[in-house]
Amino acid sequence: MSGSGLEAIERKVIEGERLTGDDGLRLFACHDLNLLGRLANLVRERKNGDVCYFVRNQHINYTNVCNKDCKFCAFYVRVNDPAGYTLSPEDVRRRVAEQAHEPITEIHMVAGINPRLPYSYYLDIVRAVKAERPGVMVKAYTMIEIAEIVRVARKPLEEVWAELKEAGLDSLPGGGAEVLSDRVHAELFQLKQTPAEWLEMARSAHRAGLRSNATMLYGHIETHAERVDHLLKLREVQDETGGFLTFIPLAFHPENTELSHLPATTGMDDLKQIAIARLMLDNFDHIKSFWIMVSPQISQVSLWYGADDIDGTIIREEITHAAGARTPQGLTRSHLTRLIEEAGRVPVERDPLYRPVRAAEAAA
Amino acid sequence: MSRAGGISDIERKVGAGSRITREDALRLFAHHDLPALGAMADAVRHRFWPDPVVTYVIGRNLNYTNVCWVRCRFCAFYRPPGSVEGYTLTRDEIGRKIQELVDLGGREVLFQGGLNPSLKLDYYLETFRWIKQNWDVHIHGLSPAEILYIAKMAELPLADCLTALKEAGLDTVPGAGGEILVDRVRKILAAGKDMSDEWIDFMRTCHVLGIRTSSTMMYGSVETLEERAEHLDRLRGLQDQTGGFNSFIPWSFQPEQTEMPGVARATAFDYLRTLAIARIYLDNIPSIQASWVTQGPKIAQVSLRFGVNDFGSTVIEENVVSAAGTTYRMDIDEMERLIRDAGFTPMLRDTAYRILGPYQRPASASALIRRGLAPPIVAGEARAGAAPLSPVN
Repeated sequence: MSGSGLEAIERKVIEGERLTGDDGLRLFACHDLNLLGRLANLVRERKNGDVCYFVRNQHINYTNVCNKDCKFCAFYVRVNDPAGYTLSPEDVRRRVAEQAHEPITEIHMVAGINPRLPYSYYLDIVRAVKAERPGVMVKAYTMIEIAEIVRVARKPLEEVWAELKEAGLDSLPGGGAEVLSDRVHAELFQLKQTPAEWLEMARSAHRAGLRSNATMLYGHIETHAERVDHLLKLREVQDETGGFLTFIPLAFHPENTELSHLPATTGMDDLKQIAIARLMLDNFDHIKSFWIMVSPQISQVSLWYGADDIDGTIIREEITHAAGARTPQGLTRSHLTRLIEEAGRVPVERDPLYRPVRAAEAAA
Repeated sequence: MSRAGGISDIERKVGAGSRITREDALRLFAHHDLPALGAMADAVRHRFWPDPVVTYVIGRNLNYTNVCWVRCRFCAFYRPPGSVEGYTLTRDEIGRKIQELVDLGGREVLFQGGLNPSLKLDYYLETFRWIKQNWDVHIHGLSPAEILYIAKMAELPLADCLTALKEAGLDTVPGAGGEILVDRVRKILAAGKDMSDEWIDFMRTCHVLGIRTSSTMMYGSVETLEERAEHLDRLRGLQDQTGGFNSFIPWSFQPEQTEMPGVARATAFDYLRTLAIARIYLDNIPSIQASWVTQGPKIAQVSLRFGVNDFGSTVIEENVVSAAGTTYRMDIDEMERLIRDAGFTPMLRDTAYRILGPYQRPASASALIRRGLAPPIVAGEARAGAAPLSPVN
């Protein structure tokens, strides 16, 4: 690809050398999608071969009440809004029971910040899941929710980690990072913890033996430089802890948010973001293309542009759909595996920690 | 690994501008490496269109009738003769639609309908003459199946019928109904329609008479990959003889609401690789068009790196595909944003593929939209094609 100006980056990628922030910016400036794809795919196949992971999971968004007023969110309502709901531990247990026939391995539980919920609630809903379905793993609470839990617990973070683990928490999702930039934080989500606090809390989780994911909400007011900076910050923490499992770029959905004047992300941007994340995050094992956010079509194509994980069956996604997502709220296992196999990849069902689910269980 | 055998020999051929064989095409279908396929297709596109420009035309579908006796199993648009849901547009309706198009700055009328036994050759001749007398528009119209039927009812040889239509105002003919040019497939999809030789002969006749056409492929129904390659081979073979195809437009079979709902909808991966392989294989057809309506804006944009140089006609109406449940709509501003975001400059072209310059919304258009008289312009997959072509090579 002479003339692209990316020969030096290409050499680095082939030799397994780490890319710099400047390299990241040059990749964003490149319109040659297939060059980016070729490089990202090299890294992807080195790390994960032809495998594409997926999970069978259920989402439970336990409350839509939130006091953070994030401008990019269409899901939340304020405290006292009649449209607000909060699931009781019994409700959560019922939601789990309703899907007892589904052979899921993961319950993904995230929600708004409802300041009236006591510390015990957060322990109780995890226990409720485990009581109803002991074999399933609970991946719950973004760092934003953890900050709230610590606030109402009035206990040191380390004790909270221990008690959440004891209640049954298995791992942490990657949400709430948004864009790790003080400028974007001040503009869009200033009531949430700062980027530095988010990163410190992730470090703390990893030290406590909890693995977590990391996300980035892109496609709104952030610049390419801020996206690159976000990736570098995650890479730095990962060098220290090794605790991140996967990076998940989240495409911004403008509908019904305070930023509804902005257009949705493009297919090109979605694929470039996946590819550049794969190239920059040399110490992350996995890059996930979350089909709820980018569409099943782009997720399938992304398996050649750096992604090795397509998320999962997802029963009843509500947060992105509040922002006008046109994607389905779930996909069947056979639909997912067809998408993966047709793209020439090998589907492997995993649990939240990327352990393959044995074939006998998968056939259930 | 899924890339058995590698494709470096094919990459060398494509790099050298050499033709690939049908066997090469099948190896590419088995290869799966999407960035590698895209890069080759992008290189071929660059040979035809060296400037970083993506073109489109502003047009309007005039689905003049939905009455059709053929009963294609993949079609959700038609109504059989005698159905109470059947319609044929009146001149008033046709005139209003064309006037709206012209007011919005558009020039291309896509005149398509069904095989309606009550409409004879004179209907078409009179309608086309009337349109041409009243508006300065390009009539891109009918389909091989419609014209063959009109000729048969008029008991005229095809060439005579085409000549009469051309003299009345028909400018170019869409390559609709190409489906897959293999009779095994055509018998399953629409036993009542023309078989592959008849379709090819029809196109040859058009080209010989100086009527340029587009070419199409509807993949993802019951055909094999070998049959896709055969389809491409038949198009390339005819183009070698006539040079009359302006463009190639593949789109995927839309199973919803057809009589074949059991067929799984073709995926985005399948679209992009089929597009790329077609761009590489059809080394004698200058333009490759995206299918907005069947693929949606994200994949349509990505297709610009898989051989597509043209977004076709932005159509105000697209009843046939939307009847099958596909609802992607796109206005001009959004389309131009996507083109720019992919690193290209959007340009309007005429039906001869000459670049006219950037789009400027006529003052009358916004006024019409404000008054609710005109729907917003939306992009559809176009069965566009045109007159003389002027690409490089």
